[in-house]
Amino acid sequence: MIETALTDLWYGFGVALQPHNIMWCFIGVLVGNMVGVLPGMGPLATISILLPLTFGIKPVGAILMLAGVMYGAQYGGAICSILLNLPCHPPHAVTCLDGFPMTKQGRGGVALGLTVMASFVGASWGITEMIFLSPILVRVALQFGPAEICSLMLLGLLAGSTLARGSPLKGVAMTVLGLMLGIVGTDLETGAERFTFGMTHLDDGIELVALALGLFGIAEFMNSINQVVSINAKYTDVRLRDMRPTKSDVKQAIAPMFRGTFVGSLCALIPGTGPTIASFVAYATEKKISKHPEKFGTGLIEGVIAPEASTHSSVQGDFIPTMSLGIPGDAVMALLLGALMIQGIVPGPQLIKEHPDIFWGLVASFWIGNILLVLLNVPLIGIWVKLLTIPYKYLYPSALFFVCIGVYAANNDMFQVGETVVIGILGYVLLRLGFHPAPILLGFVLGPRFEENFRRAMLISRGDILVFVERPISAVFIGLCVLLIALQIYVRIRGAKAPIEIPTVLEGAE
Amino acid sequence: MPPAHSSVVQLVRNLVRKRDFYAGALVILFGLVMALKGPSYKLGTLMHMGPGFLPTALGIILIGLGIAIAATGLSVPEGEDEDILPANPEWFGWACILAGPLCFVLFGTYFGLIPAIFMCVFVSAFGDRSATLRGSSILAAVVTVFGVGLFSYLLQVPMPLLAWRGL
Repeated sequence: MIETALTDLWYGFGVALQPHNIMWCFIGVLVGNMVGVLPGMGPLATISILLPLTFGIKPVGAILMLAGVMYGAQYGGAICSILLNLPCHPPHAVTCLDGFPMTKQGRGGVALGLTVMASFVGASWGITEMIFLSPILVRVALQFGPAEICSLMLLGLLAGSTLARGSPLKGVAMTVLGLMLGIVGTDLETGAERFTFGMTHLDDGIELVALALGLFGIAEFMNSINQVVSINAKYTDVRLRDMRPTKSDVKQAIAPMFRGTFVGSLCALIPGTGPTIASFVAYATEKKISKHPEKFGTGLIEGVIAPEASTHSSVQGDFIPTMSLGIPGDAVMALLLGALMIQGIVPGPQLIKEHPDIFWGLVASFWIGNILLVLLNVPLIGIWVKLLTIPYKYLYPSALFFVCIGVYAANNDMFQVGETVVIGILGYVLLRLGFHPAPILLGFVLGPRFEENFRRAMLISRGDILVFVERPISAVFIGLCVLLIALQIYVRIRGAKAPIEIPTVLEGAE
Repeated sequence: MPPAHSSVVQLVRNLVRKRDFYAGALVILFGLVMALKGPSYKLGTLMHMGPGFLPTALGIILIGLGIAIAATGLSVPEGEDEDILPANPEWFGWACILAGPLCFVLFGTYFGLIPAIFMCVFVSAFGDRSATLRGSSILAAVVTVFGVGLFSYLLQVPMPLLAWRGL
């Protein structure tokens, strides 16, 4: 088994190292990192804005570029957290707790340097998991009938919406809303036009790019305009030589790094617990086992390294269900999956077999991309730091233009730019009412496939709804769903609180 | 002992102050639209589901969720942030942000890419309180040059740079 995995990986490197693919990967990492550093731009906004740029590229190049954008933006978010105390992206909120005090002590560069190392180790472990676990999952998943796929999707949707931030009820409501938005357009089986309200532009459904940019672009801009967060650029003067950690720093960092990686990979295995939860758990674990827990929050290396390693390992782990089962765990993965679907690739267990170049190329490119990230960040840190200080008043008008042209370029359709504005208003209203719009994307991407499989399952079972609990594998998934709901109710009754206060200086888009 | 109706009034008064009440109401509204419109697309049977089946089912689920969300608004004590509008609403800023893309649509349809980019950035830039005429024009001009270079020449987005399609 190890041998086939290695052969496949070798093949993957062959794909990823083709000059044009490596170029797309490089561009992705570079641009993702650049945009991700900008305050207020989380990976979701960054990927949504850059998504239209990939339409002209072949599927392999496009997905490599988007994956590059994703981890580039993620690392950019870490820079933002450590140097500015702005958690632009929720998983890095914990990093602020100890990262910013380090910066105040003049050790911000060291924190950044070690973060590069931690993210590389975390990601590498996640990639290794992906190499070995995905083929096994696929072998199991290929046996699934429509009923199993349906229950699995249900589990994925429930986990994705209840384990994310905020009220679980609201999360589920958003997922259902997403499923509904996914239904808009022509029904594939009967040709009936649903919820188009007579607008022919909506026949092909709501455009993924318009939805993503409305929710994570326009709605976010409305949320942050004139909310002056005084950017404290006092400590952002970081130069290359500041990044080199001393020997004792490295020694201190190694154990937390591996513990964080381990926690992250565990979190990745539980569907729905994304990088945010992983980073919190890692921080809490470090604090618990530390000999001097009272020192956390004053700039301890452990408090930076463990959550960062954990985030990266968990993000890589999230790719496993996304690529091998076609079921994304969070909105970022849903967006990547949506990008694949735009390219005409059907996600699901057959993907690895039908498009080995995409899967193994992606796996290999993770390593290449992460090395590129290290190589890029060391010399370019000075430029990133300058980008951090771009005022929001220049940022959002330019970003709005990117939103417009991006949506337009998706189908050369001006109507969809208007669509984005409407979705943006809706998104802002939802934000103000305490909803997190991320699960909408999850429901939207899975919606059409869920309906298709549900119908098929019902047809096969001759309209017997009990088929979902009669088939053993499906019954397990349904059982897990019930367990998940029961757990939520239990937690609610007990009134458990989050172990750590989240510094909500600037709520990013997740 | 207070009369029964006054406690109901109290309950309602308590409810309408809560943000979750409106959140629930909005979800119920979405659910109603789906549940009422869904059946018009033919429901079919459970075995041969019509195009209206899932929307109707989802609509009913949404209504249930909406009621549950509104009801939880009752059980939790009033939080600090129960206002739907933020502390200082930015009506002008929001209008500018929304007007930007609409300008893009308008100018893009009738006059081409260059005016579309310029107006989109120019108009939305005024959303910031400290925006000046000069600063906004410079920003818009810079973004226009950059945008035309990237999207028109490099990525070849099919949109004329300048056009006159009349109004």
